[in-house]
Amino acid sequence: MEVLFGITGKDFALLAADTNQARSIVVLKRGEDRTVDLNRHTALAYTGDPGDAIHFTEYIAANVRLNEIRHGHEASPNAVAKYTRNALAGYLRTRQAYHINMLIAGVDKTSGAPALYWSDHLANMTALPFAAHGYASYFCMSTMDRLWRPNLTLEEAIIVLQKCVAALKTRFVASLPEFKVKVIDKSGIRVIDVKFEK
Amino acid sequence: MSGYDRALTIFSPDGHLFQVEYAAEAVNKGTCVVGIKGASCSVLAVEKRSILKLQSEHGGNTSKIKMLDDHVWLAFAGLNADAGVLVDKARVECQSHRLTIEDPVTVEYIARHIASIQQRYTQSGGVRPFGLSTLIVGVDPHDVTKQPQLYQTDPSGIFTAWKATAIGRSSATVRTFLEKHWTAGLDEDAAVKLAVKGLLEVVQTGAKNLEVAVMGSDAKLRILSTEAVEAVTKRIEDEEAAEQEKKARRKGAAAAQATA
Repeated sequence: MEVLFGITGKDFALLAADTNQARSIVVLKRGEDRTVDLNRHTALAYTGDPGDAIHFTEYIAANVRLNEIRHGHEASPNAVAKYTRNALAGYLRTRQAYHINMLIAGVDKTSGAPALYWSDHLANMTALPFAAHGYASYFCMSTMDRLWRPNLTLEEAIIVLQKCVAALKTRFVASLPEFKVKVIDKSGIRVIDVKFEK
Repeated sequence: MSGYDRALTIFSPDGHLFQVEYAAEAVNKGTCVVGIKGASCSVLAVEKRSILKLQSEHGGNTSKIKMLDDHVWLAFAGLNADAGVLVDKARVECQSHRLTIEDPVTVEYIARHIASIQQRYTQSGGVRPFGLSTLIVGVDPHDVTKQPQLYQTDPSGIFTAWKATAIGRSSATVRTFLEKHWTAGLDEDAAVKLAVKGLLEVVQTGAKNLEVAVMGSDAKLRILSTEAVEAVTKRIEDEEAAEQEKKARRKGAAAAQATA
């Protein structure tokens, strides 16, 4: 029942991940953070097998950091996303494939141009202006199709996100009360508080 | 050649491992590095390799002060190419430690790790020792005192903690100087000055031959600008000139007294 959203705007990218940790039909925990910062301008949100996801994202984060120290240079969101895809594709062809779906979002640290990558557990990856994972994609792609346009401001992007969550509230059987929302722009990654209708 | 330096793992009859001693010799040919521990800072000062007239300043690895992790940095004396390999191994270990322990490395841990790699290369087949000594500065992740520490590793694989030390060319001279002049509780200015002064004992004068880095209790390393280093060398030169003048005047006065 996990849900992720990613929306790009004029000079930022936005990630939202629901914070319910559920197993089967039981909610185990509220307030789980399903986002990981990979460097100063790239963040990742995931769904999938929780153990796999944590293990894989920690591995990716450590390697991205190692690469940065080795070369004295922060990798672009594009480079980070493609490295991540390649690692996942590598593991897919072993006996210990990771079951993880991801949205990777970031901005170019000099130009501020946003990037958003959608990847599933089979290591398919595409760059998209907006994306969703989980059941949300059944309900919300149409909402975003209607509302997204190039050069959104942050306020407008938040409204798109709120409308998506409202659509879930109306039509989706499960309740998703809380979302962790991150904004990535030239100044880095920050968590923002977004109010959703109860 | 006595034949006891053909294979690395063979002792000479009087108990020497010649290859390891030759590695130490390579260190002594390397550019000098000084490390100083102050009250709440550690300072690294290195003799910069001069760049050839037509060599590009950027491109290639020119700095001898290298980041291992956010809070740990390393400077080395010896073979540059060997350093690349050793530093990379240390960097991998820093991230690997974070991944498995969920904590950054302590300075002692990474010094011990680097030393153990160097030791392994004195006792394995088909390899030669690293021609390197390193100075490592850093702040331990949960250290309430936030005191930057200073460690040294050698080609033989030992590691040691220091208040002030030097490695590389003429390091013995500098260490003697430091033994005479180091005092406890140096503030940042005094520590930088002592490091530069120590290095100037054996290095040609001029800020362009020096690279100075300071780590404070915030665990961040700052590499001083050329202007800042120049200011320090200027101050040292001025003080020395004043000292000389005072001495000359005293001698003059003494001579005048003698004639009178």
